[in-house]
Amino acid sequence: MKHAATLTVNGMAYPVELDGDTTLVRAIRDEIGLTGTKEGCDDCECGACMVMIDGRPVNSCTYLALQAVGSEVTTVEGLADGETLSSLQSAFLDQGGVQCGFCTPGMLVSAHALLRENANPTDEEVRLALGGNLCRCTGYAKIAGAVMQAAKASV
Amino acid sequence: MGDVAFHTATTVDEALALLGDGSDARVVAGGSDLIVQARHGKSLPGTVIAIHRIDALRGLTAGDDLVVGALTSHATLCADAAVRSTWTAIADASALVGSHATRNVGTLGGNVMNASPAMETGGPLIVLGASVTLRSAAGDREVAIEELWTGPGKTSAKPGEICVAITVPAQPAHTGSAYVRLEYRRAMEIAIVGASACVTLDDDGNVTAAKVALTALAPTIIRSPAAEAAIIGTDGHDDALDAVAAGASADAKPISDLRANEDYRRAMAGVIAKRAVAVAAQRARGEEFPIPATPVFMKGSGR
Ligand SMILES: Cc1cc2nc3c(=O)[nH]c(=O)nc-3n(C[C@H](O)[C@H](O)[C@H](O)COP(=O)(O)OP(=O)(O)OC[C@H]3O[C@@H](n4cnc5c(N)ncnc54)[C@H](O)[C@@H]3O)c2cc1C
Ligand code: FES
Ligand code: FES
Repeated sequence: MKHAATLTVNGMAYPVELDGDTTLVRAIRDEIGLTGTKEGCDDCECGACMVMIDGRPVNSCTYLALQAVGSEVTTVEGLADGETLSSLQSAFLDQGGVQCGFCTPGMLVSAHALLRENANPTDEEVRLALGGNLCRCTGYAKIAGAVMQAAKASV
Repeated sequence: MGDVAFHTATTVDEALALLGDGSDARVVAGGSDLIVQARHGKSLPGTVIAIHRIDALRGLTAGDDLVVGALTSHATLCADAAVRSTWTAIADASALVGSHATRNVGTLGGNVMNASPAMETGGPLIVLGASVTLRSAAGDREVAIEELWTGPGKTSAKPGEICVAITVPAQPAHTGSAYVRLEYRRAMEIAIVGASACVTLDDDGNVTAAKVALTALAPTIIRSPAAEAAIIGTDGHDDALDAVAAGASADAKPISDLRANEDYRRAMAGVIAKRAVAVAAQRARGEEFPIPATPVFMKGSGR
């Protein structure tokens, strides 16, 4: 059963036709065509699918797309200003926090949400905030370092 | 997944009307249990009714009693000053749920109605004497939390009922509570073993009342009468705490699964129950103890 709806992603309104059980990650990737958001486990374990809903991080693989109608969704594409990377994104590159890159969109969204709430986090707070994001490449130290660099740059 | 109709309700009455007798419809709050389960063979019903826009069910009121709207998130619960000071075990528990993202979407109503024997807030709600308000077309009824859970994933609620609130009564003076879990990592974890305690002291510091509950140690979350008997009437210190541990291990009815075997769970039931009672007693004495009471161990930052 298709439901006509409008999803607001990165400030743009997208008219979509969705099944009742379509997850938000599938709507963002397949209907809207923004493929920055990744589907890793599709089981709410890895965090690759992290987006913000009304400013707070949510695993989009286990959230129904139709539940997001009426909310502001922000994906990794919404973090940069056009071609200009955010200071957080630049810090990931500076620090070597990106290897294969599969976890990176989710890491960026979780870290961005943390820095919005807490501009000057401790290393422990950074690691706890990224606790729902798995990375099988970097060993996490460089990712945590990148978030700390971005935080220091902003205060 | 199959052909699913989706509705968003903005009032409880609207949700109840859509739910009907509940035979082929289900409410979804945060979806952090329901949608995950839909991945694991339990398909979604014909109709999904989203209730997350029913603003009347969100938020909490802390008067003498604590009344928590069913849609209140774990993030709200563990940050609330009144919950942290008076109904502390609930804050200990909500702070451990999943990750930041899980705590943003996951609700207390969803946690309670999902009825997992490993769920975090259940033990705290038992030791604090909570009840849930279930609403149907026939009106409201109040169910003591211990009578709500009938088995893993099973409740005594009827399919057409919606949980609207969870009420936690006022606590006597010199009362403290705590929830501690054994975990392999902090985020995205399921309790291997958990224990909750609520302890009330008299003016001399002796324990006059105590409740202890065990999580992930039986088909539902259970009280431990032996642990409770071991602490009541004592000063709440060392020998009594050892007896609490023995009592909790004796009352546990653990299973073996890939996360831990039965013997290990039984041994840890004692260790974790002892820690929960010790922290609850400390808080009852007015001593500070960090929330969550389960410590986080991290390179260079353990406590
Ligand atoms: C990655 C991850 C980690 C998790 N970690 C933990 C953890 O550490 N500890 C823990 O306890 N849980 C954990 N959970 C489980 C889950 O997040 C919690 O149980 C949460 O509180 C469920 O709330 P929800 O609103 O998302 O429930 P939903 O999935 O929306 O609903 C769960 C069930 O309850 C029913 N329901 C929901 N609200 C109502 C209502 N008001 N009235 C009647 N029925 C209702 C639904 O129909 C469904 O059957 C985790 C889940 C995930 C995905
Ligand atoms: S794809 Fe959503 S958590 Fe892994
Ligand atoms: S960079 Fe490859 S998973 Fe993180």
